[in-house]
Amino acid sequence: MTAQTLYDKLWQSHTVHMEDDGTTMLYIDRHLVHEVTSPQAYEGLKLAGRKLWRTGSVVATADHNTPTDHWDKGIQDPIARTQVEQLDTNIKEFGAKVYFPFRHQNQGIVHVIGPENGVTLPGMTVVCGDSHTSTHGAFACLAHGIGTSEVEHVLATQTLLSKKMKNMRVDIEGAIPRGVTAKDLALAVIGKIGTAGGAGYAIEFSGSAVRALSMEGRMTLCNMSIEAGARAGMVAVDETTIQYLKGRTYAPKGEQWDRAVVHWRTLVSDAGAVFDRTVTVNAGEVKPQVTWGTSPEMVLSIEDRVPDPDKEKDAVRREGMERALVYMGLKPNTPISQIMIDKVFIGSCTNSRIEDLRAAAAVVRGKRKAANVVLAMVVPGSGPVKVQAEKEGLHKIFIDAGFEWREPGCSMCLAMNADRLQPGERCASTSNRNFEGRQGTGGRTHLVSPEMAAAAGIAGHFVDVRQWR
Amino acid sequence: MDKFTVHNGLVLPLDRANVDTDAIIPKQFLKSIKRSGFGPNLFDAWRYLDEGQPDKPNAGRPLNPDFIMNKPQYRGATILIARENFGCGSSREHAPWALHDYGFRAVIAPSYADIFFNNCYQNGMLPIVLKASEVDQLFHDAAAFPGFKLVIDLGEQAVAYPDGSKRFRFEIDAFRKFCLLNGLDDIGLTLRHADKIKAFEELRRAEQPWLF
Repeated sequence: MTAQTLYDKLWQSHTVHMEDDGTTMLYIDRHLVHEVTSPQAYEGLKLAGRKLWRTGSVVATADHNTPTDHWDKGIQDPIARTQVEQLDTNIKEFGAKVYFPFRHQNQGIVHVIGPENGVTLPGMTVVCGDSHTSTHGAFACLAHGIGTSEVEHVLATQTLLSKKMKNMRVDIEGAIPRGVTAKDLALAVIGKIGTAGGAGYAIEFSGSAVRALSMEGRMTLCNMSIEAGARAGMVAVDETTIQYLKGRTYAPKGEQWDRAVVHWRTLVSDAGAVFDRTVTVNAGEVKPQVTWGTSPEMVLSIEDRVPDPDKEKDAVRREGMERALVYMGLKPNTPISQIMIDKVFIGSCTNSRIEDLRAAAAVVRGKRKAANVVLAMVVPGSGPVKVQAEKEGLHKIFIDAGFEWREPGCSMCLAMNADRLQPGERCASTSNRNFEGRQGTGGRTHLVSPEMAAAAGIAGHFVDVRQWR
Repeated sequence: MDKFTVHNGLVLPLDRANVDTDAIIPKQFLKSIKRSGFGPNLFDAWRYLDEGQPDKPNAGRPLNPDFIMNKPQYRGATILIARENFGCGSSREHAPWALHDYGFRAVIAPSYADIFFNNCYQNGMLPIVLKASEVDQLFHDAAAFPGFKLVIDLGEQAVAYPDGSKRFRFEIDAFRKFCLLNGLDDIGLTLRHADKIKAFEELRRAEQPWLF
């Protein structure tokens, strides 16, 4: 048999039917649902008189629109409230395996709750009407975002019409330096291949640096693969994967666990499997990353200076850089470490898990937020992450440093709720997108790791966390 | 879904790369539970000088005179041309909904983000990939000739100038083409294979019961 990549195996094992042109009907194991991209899909089902194909595949929560403070008051924004209530109604009518509504103790960001509860299992196909579904690839899943029409299609048929992507391997070798995180590796990869570099590919992250990452680090890496243009990113199963899953609420138990583990260990690329493209990164050379522009590929290290468009030869790129600098209010050649910030956001499906919060807390412990920082907020990824952090006293560390400790949700990653930047405000953010207006109209986002965001909150400007004391 | 066969329309040249779906339709409009009504807020942050809100009327809002879509000669445009990686970022189908609701029937660019590309097909919108040099030519001619139009023939897989002076071929998956030409709904087509899905599912349940 020919050697297969992990992606080839996942693709083949989920193929139900293939058209002559290669359009393939893929079986979907897990369907994650949230309030923003599902109402029109459920409405479509109702209008056509269709039912869910398999209720047990659906795991749902409200996360994008939910407030992160004053939960006792409910959702103040009436339009957001309607959307969240519509999800309640739809789940009640159509059913789900698991539903964590607003204010449930396990509610949280959909890409945090899946792995946390063991509803994301190796070898699954996982879809969600959210591009950061790539996060679940950390568990050797074929996981990617889909549009609302496709959400409806999966609800009604348990399948997705898809064309096979090409295989890309991103091999990250070597020891990860202190102060450098999975987020920095992800941004370095995006800086190297560009925001469209992975378009048309499924990426497998491999190499000793990836093996050394915890599951949470791998989730951060896979989460950002969409920012490199790749819908799906994944990591092969190893002992770290299996240990993480053991004992999770919905993970298999007893004899089924033993059988599952035997199968999961096959979820690796075969020796000699052929990749259409291979990219190599030396982890030892990666420095803490900071984005300077309005696309995740506009990224540099903390040691660098804001680039000069005059040195760019390509006209479309040069105009893009000039527009980004105007939007970001930055001058060419300014050292990144001299950029002053107004706000700090620690959270999002990229960086809101317990290890992220521990790392950020270690940086701010015993210190105070800078006077020029008007708001530093920490938004845990889920109810259980919040509970765990409070058990460890992390919330006190943040609060003592002048940071706000909030309720879980997507929050200022996309600013659909009340958490947002005002026009012109500059934010050190652990989220995933620095697009114009992403964190609020006119807001300026710099993507960084949790440690770098925390340190910027204390210093008032970006600092090299490798030298932090 | 609307059928797409032949379309003759006015071209709007949006000379930018990496246009993301947050720019196409900003997040505050994603609170809607409907599929329609997004057109007035297409490119909201670029198109208006103030901040739009879902509960705010758009009539009378100050327009950004520098944004190309607001220039009178492009009023009624139905074909959007853009640079590489159009539609990157968020998976929101609200982006093609907004483009379609505004009146666009096709986008022409050298490349697209994968999710946006798929989402277009679900809404009777045609995302056409042409070579970068061909897109360059279109940008040049759209600037040079006021009222620049194109004729898109899906059956022939061709983008042509109305006077026939230039013609560019494009590729499209046979299945997608068939669905667009006939305005077919994917779900109905898929459910013709319901027995196959059931059989696949039963086998999977037997082999990996922990997935169910």
